[in-house]
Amino acid sequence: MRKTIVSAAIAVAALTAGAVAIAAETVTASESEQKPPHRHWHFEGPFGTYDRAAAQRGYQVYAEVCSACHSLQLLAYRNLMELDLTENQVKSLIKDIQVPDLGDDGQPIERPARLSDSFRKPFANPAIAAAANNGKAPPDLSVMIKAREDGPDYVHGILTGYVPFDKLTPEQIKEFNLTKDDNFNKYYPGHRIAMPPPLADDKVTYADGTKATLDQEASDVVEFLAWASEPKMEDRKRTGVRVILFLLAMAGLMYAVKRQVWADKH
Amino acid sequence: MASSHGTPPVFNNKVIAWIDHRLPIFSYMEKEYHHFPTPRNFNYFWNFGAIATVMLVLMIATGIVLATNYTPHTTMAFDSVERIMRDVPSGWLIRYLHMTGASFFFIAVYIHIFRGLYYGSYKSPRELLWILGVVILLLMMATAFMGYVLPWGQMSFWGATVITSLFTAIPVVGDSITTWLWGGFAIDNPTLNRFYALHYLLPFVIVGVVALHVVALHVHGSNNPLGIDVKGPQDTVPFHPYYTMKDGFGLMVFLIIYAGFAFFAPNYLGDPANYIQANPLATPTHIVPEWYFLPFYAILRAIPNKLGGVLAMFGSIAVLFVLPWLDTSRVRSASFRPIYKWFVFVLVADVFLLGVCGANPPEGWYVPLAQIGTLYYFFHFLILLPVLGKIERPLPLPPSIADAVLKKNAG
Repeated sequence: MRKTIVSAAIAVAALTAGAVAIAAETVTASESEQKPPHRHWHFEGPFGTYDRAAAQRGYQVYAEVCSACHSLQLLAYRNLMELDLTENQVKSLIKDIQVPDLGDDGQPIERPARLSDSFRKPFANPAIAAAANNGKAPPDLSVMIKAREDGPDYVHGILTGYVPFDKLTPEQIKEFNLTKDDNFNKYYPGHRIAMPPPLADDKVTYADGTKATLDQEASDVVEFLAWASEPKMEDRKRTGVRVILFLLAMAGLMYAVKRQVWADKH
Repeated sequence: MASSHGTPPVFNNKVIAWIDHRLPIFSYMEKEYHHFPTPRNFNYFWNFGAIATVMLVLMIATGIVLATNYTPHTTMAFDSVERIMRDVPSGWLIRYLHMTGASFFFIAVYIHIFRGLYYGSYKSPRELLWILGVVILLLMMATAFMGYVLPWGQMSFWGATVITSLFTAIPVVGDSITTWLWGGFAIDNPTLNRFYALHYLLPFVIVGVVALHVVALHVHGSNNPLGIDVKGPQDTVPFHPYYTMKDGFGLMVFLIIYAGFAFFAPNYLGDPANYIQANPLATPTHIVPEWYFLPFYAILRAIPNKLGGVLAMFGSIAVLFVLPWLDTSRVRSASFRPIYKWFVFVLVADVFLLGVCGANPPEGWYVPLAQIGTLYYFFHFLILLPVLGKIERPLPLPPSIADAVLKKNAG
């Protein structure tokens, strides 16, 4: 009986796998999309954590570059303290940021950002954002890393995947109908991307002396955005380890009890 | 511990005796969950009923907590879920347990159904028990579908669009029914509100049907791996502690795997597109339902005609209702059915194949594969089972459960 189930399960797996392999082959052949290469991330794996220094640098990249167009509306400035920054450090980071509010007379005003404020949005509303960006509003980045397949690799790929117009082959220019004003990105679905290359070597100057290469900036901003997408990840993994250890102990106990109870029935 | 079956219990505690004399809940528990005579030869497939019950309770408990923090409005639903993830204390825990719990509830129930198929648990006198189970499956599907709409992501919205639009395939009244379901002329706030109300209601309906399922189970007792009837006390053990402890062990193993996903890969079983807020103006390239609907989704798309696809999809569940009468074999357990034993696994492979087809865009080889898979699915139930019962020669059945167990242990 047990043997039958095992051999049948193997047969099932082989049958399905065979049929699927045939089908999968035909599909991969037809797709021209290039998948961004996998990189190792500090937050990967069951014990991975966020690299605080990288995430702090990533915030700098976001604040100095990305925030000109992309909102991060699910975050508040106080959340930055979770990146091992003190209250005063966060206050000094946001001292020049002005946020919209209503004055005592009910008239719209701008005032200095407080810790309790949500991140300032670059555009007052989606319509203005779209109008300022050729008709399509730049997406919010709060959960961007979770909102794409292999999010960290994808975002890093997009940020580093631009090919300048003069490096494109004539076939590519023809196939994707490109002009000098278009942006070609290796990893963007369809390759024509509205966003011009946002990062370049030395686009920012890091306070901690890290050399600001394009790759470094992209990795840092991904670290920051990964934290922004899933700020409770470390808590979750820590709790998970304890829960699983408890369940393992409980399973062992239950097994021992079950054997004891059944001892006279076998 | 194991007193003889059928003796009314005597309660030493005066309060319990007083209550039980007026409302015999303690006698009931004694009878149905303590002394309840249960076949002594269960294997671990018999754990999944208890596991599914635990998952149902867990889903309701986490769901009620989520409901206290969720806002069912198209402009606020997405952000309110993220607020649970970020600002509500342990909100991430409750939400990921609920989200992953839906998948593991279905895993438990699908294994439970497979157990029923393999060991013929649907056969006389357990037909109504089986039918109530199919009702639970249908209610679970409706609940899961509406729950998936609540975070108001892209897959929530477009999944709801695909599924509710199925009703437009009904001739004459289809469009009116769809408008009635939506509460308007498109999926919008009224749709989200009613789905939320129903998503909260249906789990309690499931609890009710589960209660009937258990009542029906306790009339003739459980089936068992040999598929033969219990002949006397030597064939059974009291439910407690024998099966409470065995179920407890199986449950722990199941929970370890569940916790592995909930804590270390909570988004693995979901679609990344559901972290993009619903946008009625931007259709995702591939609209896919949650994994547990993929085989049915493949059946829906396998038929090149919309109404035909809808009928086939609902038919794939409807056929389960009449399964007890389609299977003409009088032998329950596949262990004694040399041909059926293989075909039940071919059916499982077929369902997996349909699942893969459902996950992929309907192009290339996936189209004929899904069509073959659909054809085979109905062939299995409508043609193979009735015919097999007539032509198959079952192996000789053991005289009794006790006999088989003792022989196996001796040899």
